Amino acid sequence: MDIRTNVQSGSWLKGKIALAVLLGVLVVFAPVLLQGFQTMSFFVRVLGIIGIYVLLALGLNIVVGYAGLLDLGYVAFYAMGAYAAVILGEKFVAAMQTISNVGLRDFLVSSQFLVMLPVAAIIAALTGLALGTPVLRLRGDYLAIVTLGFGEIIRILATNDFLGLTKGAYGMMAPIAQPLGLAQLQLVPIAIPAIGFNFIFSVNLYWYYIVVLLIVLAVFVVRRLDNSRLGRAWVAMREDEVAASSVGVNIMTSKLWAFALGALWGGLAGVVFANAQGFVSPESFTFMESVFIVTMVVLGGMGSIPGVIVGAALIAGIPEMIRGVAQSPLLAGVIDPTLASAISGYRYLVFGLLMVIMMAVRPQGMIPSTRRAQELHPEDEKVLEEEDQSLWDIKHGADRSEHDL
Amino acid sequence: MALVEATNTTMQFGGLKAVNDVSMHIDEGEIVALIGPNGAGKTTFFNMLTGIYKPTSGTLTFDGGSVSGKKPNQICRMGIARTFQNIRLFSNMTTLENAMVGRHTRSKAGPWQAVLRTPNFKREEAATVAEALKRLQFVGLADKANELAKNLPYGAQRRLEIARALATEPKLLLLDEPAAGMNPQESADLTRLIGRIRTSGVTVLLIEHDMKVVMDIADRIYVLDFGELIAEGKPEEIQKDPKVIVAYLGMGAEAMLAKA
Repeated sequence: MDIRTNVQSGSWLKGKIALAVLLGVLVVFAPVLLQGFQTMSFFVRVLGIIGIYVLLALGLNIVVGYAGLLDLGYVAFYAMGAYAAVILGEKFVAAMQTISNVGLRDFLVSSQFLVMLPVAAIIAALTGLALGTPVLRLRGDYLAIVTLGFGEIIRILATNDFLGLTKGAYGMMAPIAQPLGLAQLQLVPIAIPAIGFNFIFSVNLYWYYIVVLLIVLAVFVVRRLDNSRLGRAWVAMREDEVAASSVGVNIMTSKLWAFALGALWGGLAGVVFANAQGFVSPESFTFMESVFIVTMVVLGGMGSIPGVIVGAALIAGIPEMIRGVAQSPLLAGVIDPTLASAISGYRYLVFGLLMVIMMAVRPQGMIPSTRRAQELHPEDEKVLEEEDQSLWDIKHGADRSEHDL
Repeated sequence: MALVEATNTTMQFGGLKAVNDVSMHIDEGEIVALIGPNGAGKTTFFNMLTGIYKPTSGTLTFDGGSVSGKKPNQICRMGIARTFQNIRLFSNMTTLENAMVGRHTRSKAGPWQAVLRTPNFKREEAATVAEALKRLQFVGLADKANELAKNLPYGAQRRLEIARALATEPKLLLLDEPAAGMNPQESADLTRLIGRIRTSGVTVLLIEHDMKVVMDIADRIYVLDFGELIAEGKPEEIQKDPKVIVAYLGMGAEAMLAKA
């Protein structure tokens, strides 16, 4: 039974399917074209990076968009995943070297990142639980500050070679292993010399497809969660915590689930990042990264999967595109290289301006979820906020006497 | 045995005793009203009974188990559901979804089952929808199932809050001023609805200022004033109780009534 408010007409649905198919074809084949042309192959890598951010944004969207918890330290889970992939991946590869059967050994070594995906996801999710348990009692701004601090703690631990695990600011190399199946994929190069098309299945393309698969999985999982007992509890909790708990929603458990399930995708993104990049260092996990991921979610539209994807693609993509275009050989004759690099240096200025305009004009995001758009209509603001706070104070021993007698 | 048993219950906020040494009981199947002037401590009593506040002293038991110190969701699971004085719906969820959230404690499929859409999950979702619809039908909102809660008219929002509470399958329903802001027609409907709730086997405790509603439906009435219990009895006894009259109308009132 369809319980959604917007009734979808048949023709509109057809249009939607057509659009989805078109997008699917683009996502799958556009990178092949880009890879085929020497001057464009750079963009395959950019697309891979964008994909990682899309995955991160989808994960954070569970926390921010669904459960309504502002997490400013999400990058910590990304870092956990990346470092886990490198540290444990190395151990895994070393252990596999002892296998005498060459075929089996090579297979296992090359599939190390596949093994690391669930491992890192679990580690990140457990980190989410460990952080969430003490911290989720806090609300709103306080939670944001504490998560921000947590993000920094993880980065600083990594910088200071925590327990001799992370090699500090030098960073660590990812395990050297040909990813599973890449060699086979590279067996058939396609070349059309007439138009300068020369396609080889590159490592970048390989990781791009891995990310796309993970994104598809994330969308699948998140949609199903949204439409479930837990998903409803999240919405209820976001709308009114007191009412939600009075009808039986366990606020703490629901928040912990959101935190753990959000962190999980951060961990997965970290594994791909570490392996695609081949190198991990604390620099990749700064506070600014967390801010960017939050921005993607907010700008795209909190709680809206298409919104978050578009938001991530734009925010991760625009600076890279500006840089790519400014420095591309096509423009080399027009713009001189120093000017080009100056332009790419200003890319965040342009981007910041876009954000300000966006938030002023369209606070609900580019593609808002229907529900969130409703919530952000200013005329709905209620006095509940204040009342919640007073209930909270009293529960925690603050002296308040003027409320709810 | 009484369903609810409050013994010397006190709730103190700093120097103020919002509820002071109150003892009362509610038997199964009763409709009990809690009345008193504004600030008498009625809602505070509700908040203690639903786990929002923890009583400073005294005991508060429900269905044989202690309520004090439990969280609202645990108390809901024990079988107490409530509505709020100023309606607290999930305004951007549909009517049906609001009632479905009420099924939270009566369902248990976890996230993994949701992701895998196991047969068990599907069965439970279908049951959740069916049960929620049943409650909407009960309060007469089934035809508004797909409307956003905030777009419902005021009276319907009140009824939806009741439906959401009933969806938790409570033994005891607490109604905090359900008739507030209703016209006579609506409050008459509400009175009938409360009667039907009792017939369906749910005990009701209500706070209400609309004396017509209270006198029509309550089996017994407790009167609070400045946090203290000043009277208890059947509607007709309460109407004549001098202490109640003083509490509502002031010191001179009794004398005036005596003269009249």
